[in-house]
Amino acid sequence: MAKRVSLAHGEGGELTHQLINDVFIKAFNHKEQTKFDSAFINITSERMAVTTDSYVVNPLFFPGGDIGKLAVTGTINDLAVSGAIPLGITAGFIIEEGFLISDLRKIVQSMAIEAEKSGVKIVAGDTKVVEKGSADGVFINTTGIGIMHRKDQLKPETIKTGDSIIISGTIGDHGIAILSARQELGLLTDVKSDCAVLTHMIRNLMDYSEGIRIMRDPTRGGLATSLVELSEDFGFTAEIDDSTIPIRDDVHGACDILGFDPLYLANEGKIVMIVDPSKEIEILNRLKEYEAGRDACVIGRIVECNDSKGKVLLKTPLGTTRRLHRLSGMLLPRIC
Amino acid sequence: METLNLLSDPVYAKDSVDAVIHAANRFKEKYGRKAVLMEVCGSHTMAIAKSGIKTRLKDDVQLIAGPGCPVCVTDQESIDSMIQLSQESNRILCTFGDMMRVPGSKFSLMQAKTEGKDIRVVYSPLDTLKIAEQNPDKEVIFLGIGFETTIPILALTIQEAMTKRIKNFSIWMTTKLVEPVLRNLLESGQVKVDGFILPGQVSVVLGKNRFLYLAKDYKIPGVISGFEPVQLLRGIYRLLNLLIDEKAEIINDYTYAVKDEGNQIAQNLINDYLMPNDEGWRGIGIIPESGLDLKEQYARFDAKKKFNITIQKPKMTKCRCGEIIRGLISPEDCSLFNKGCSPINPIGPCMVSAEGTCAAHYQYMREE
Repeated sequence: MAKRVSLAHGEGGELTHQLINDVFIKAFNHKEQTKFDSAFINITSERMAVTTDSYVVNPLFFPGGDIGKLAVTGTINDLAVSGAIPLGITAGFIIEEGFLISDLRKIVQSMAIEAEKSGVKIVAGDTKVVEKGSADGVFINTTGIGIMHRKDQLKPETIKTGDSIIISGTIGDHGIAILSARQELGLLTDVKSDCAVLTHMIRNLMDYSEGIRIMRDPTRGGLATSLVELSEDFGFTAEIDDSTIPIRDDVHGACDILGFDPLYLANEGKIVMIVDPSKEIEILNRLKEYEAGRDACVIGRIVECNDSKGKVLLKTPLGTTRRLHRLSGMLLPRIC
Repeated sequence: METLNLLSDPVYAKDSVDAVIHAANRFKEKYGRKAVLMEVCGSHTMAIAKSGIKTRLKDDVQLIAGPGCPVCVTDQESIDSMIQLSQESNRILCTFGDMMRVPGSKFSLMQAKTEGKDIRVVYSPLDTLKIAEQNPDKEVIFLGIGFETTIPILALTIQEAMTKRIKNFSIWMTTKLVEPVLRNLLESGQVKVDGFILPGQVSVVLGKNRFLYLAKDYKIPGVISGFEPVQLLRGIYRLLNLLIDEKAEIINDYTYAVKDEGNQIAQNLINDYLMPNDEGWRGIGIIPESGLDLKEQYARFDAKKKFNITIQKPKMTKCRCGEIIRGLISPEDCSLFNKGCSPINPIGPCMVSAEGTCAAHYQYMREE
């Protein structure tokens, strides 16, 4: 087996076959599926969920994960927070010529481990190799298919004034982990990405708890952008309290240095949810049973419904409130 | 750790607000108007907006932003020059992140990068030396912007380049000094300021004593403050008390970081490698000896001397950043604010920078 990926690995011939056999099939445990041009999955529910996402992270390996783990967890979590039970995902790879096969193997292995944790099969895939300089190492696209939970219980139409807003843990960990992993930053922090599959935690909530109105995973754009989108989509005013939002000290410190706002940093293993306040304690307790939900807490309330435009207000420690908006443009580190 | 916890303690913060409002009322009783305080530093502007201090104190104290954001005061000519330099394929241009979107006369560095020019974001000027070593066949040029906080590391970078005998590296200097611009502001008489919240990190380098001229020459008090909301509130409180007691003094309220004499090592680095020059400030124009250039013996690292480029006169827009950085108008007074000028499509640098007054208003004080 060659050490690096070459353009010939993408030509569909012997080398492609070798790469698929040696790297992908070995990790993903494909059997019969590989004999057809499509994978077959048994769907019994009438309502299905489908999601797709592409992953172009730099660096490919970072504290707490790699692009493969991210690609699987991201797609599986998107299904799970929509109230679906993930069944299978596809994985498309665009690989830059010269990429180390040993690194590809690590990435694929991560994907297999995360998929296994969720009981999800990686059912189909595609591999393309592009000339050096046409891609940055590896890009991965994953598409996920799931069936809606039998209770189908997410009911955003029942959001009421007084409902609780819960975050499942500390925010900004993934954003800072990625930034500190970029060698040029030289940030001395041991923050690990929170990148994790949340399927079991969410399934447990869906199976045994009532009162979850809506869930989102606050990835790109962070907690603030997710909440702003929810408020606009479902027409409510939310007020969150700055002092209750869980943020690690080192994430706080790194944000101060770089001029970033943790509310806008990406997360890859968190859920923000709006719940019936009478079920708040029960839901928190259930979240805390899991490592990924250990720091779960209430961060605010819905203060008005039927607000056609929808907005999110942040209560500051000085007792003032200011409006949160979507992330504007790119996060760029400041000069001093 | 206890001090740090105190700085974010909401109860302590509320007590600090009450104390400031009490002092502000005493000022109003004595002078029949609100006190006008200028925070010189862009990071202070951002912290004041983000924490809610500006909103909370709007009826009690007039807080205005000063010319202390290094991105906001960088002249269009410098951006235009860098874009012109990037046209040659054997050049790598490096800059700080928030300079990428600052508009020049026609384009920003970000737009030039999307057209395929090799323009890279670095987190420290020292990183550019690694890039120069890794690319010996290319010229690596750094856009050297910043106030006294950043200037010592530019000098250090020159020192390192000499030690490592790196020849394919140069800096396009467009640094700024705080004292000349504050003197210019006060002598222009355009804005009436009762007192200054002085920049914490610039003071780490310069020291408290380098701000005594404000009290001595202009009879204006100042307080050197840290960046946490509680520190800023205390700075405002102490400044109001100086004004009530009619004391033109400079107080160092950031003592664990700022010494009277400043950081001697950083100052020596500046003095060894750099000399004063007449610098152009965006929206203000040229202020004599308000920046620093490389000394003659280091001309080989000076991009202005190393490369021959012709700069056109910058195109004028309706952007009023020049008045905003001098505290003459508020961002909402600019006809472009949130109407064509936003962080996604900034017309002026005050909307680009993480420390810019317009960006602070847009992000933290905008209502729709």
